[in-house]
Amino acid sequence: MAEARVKLPDKVKKGEPFEIKTLVSHPMETGQRKGADGKIVPRMIINKFVARLNGEEVFSADLAPAISANPYLSFFTVANAGGKLEFEWIDDQGQKSAYTAELKVEG
Amino acid sequence: MTSNRTEYRRGATRRQVLAGAGALTLIGASTGRARAQATGDFAAALKKTLGEAQPKEGKVAIKAPEIAENGATVPITLTVDAPMTPASYVSRITLLADGNPNPEVAVFHLNPKSGKAEVSTRIRLAKTQNVVAVAELSDKSLWTAKKEIKVTIGGCGG
Repeated sequence: MAEARVKLPDKVKKGEPFEIKTLVSHPMETGQRKGADGKIVPRMIINKFVARLNGEEVFSADLAPAISANPYLSFFTVANAGGKLEFEWIDDQGQKSAYTAELKVEG
Repeated sequence: MTSNRTEYRRGATRRQVLAGAGALTLIGASTGRARAQATGDFAAALKKTLGEAQPKEGKVAIKAPEIAENGATVPITLTVDAPMTPASYVSRITLLADGNPNPEVAVFHLNPKSGKAEVSTRIRLAKTQNVVAVAELSDKSLWTAKKEIKVTIGGCGG
């Protein structure tokens, strides 16, 4: 569906919260806007975002049309051991975009 | 007229044109009944978040510009004062905007694995208005903060 970008530290310290920044390309069509033909352009947004570490949810968000186009979300998480970070964006039609990153934890 | 318009379109970026179109739509929408409707929507959205409970002011901080030149993309950061341990953590932060056609902006779900209760995003604001954040802690207490953001160019169409 859409192209996703995720930024997180190369490695993190055990038990210390760190920030994850995410961006996905999407028009986030509000359903309020009129197109060139004068007709309302139907709503089409990403309404759900989930971040998981080794299968467990660490953060999620329900998004409304008031989130800007190309939704940006940054948040924190904390880990005691490394593993797989998975990110998922779901749009109004149920289409998913996914991104996976390897998390390295030291100390 | 036509040539002026063409000139204008050539000079402005696509985003500015879209934002401008949005502002025009909003001028139409913010009159009379439509406006009353929007206010009612905000009260309903707030009630949906709070239920019968009364939130206390505090613990939540909203960081956003005083004046947003472009309402189509306004950076905002929400921080909640909570240790984020299994004993005491933020479970939910709801973000509302009282002057948007649809006051709901986002609901963030956190847990002790979130580590720190800080979330940033970029939002659309149709006009100058208040953004309201409500945080629910693991002990079910509700905390709120409000901030007015002045919007130069509305962003519901962009």
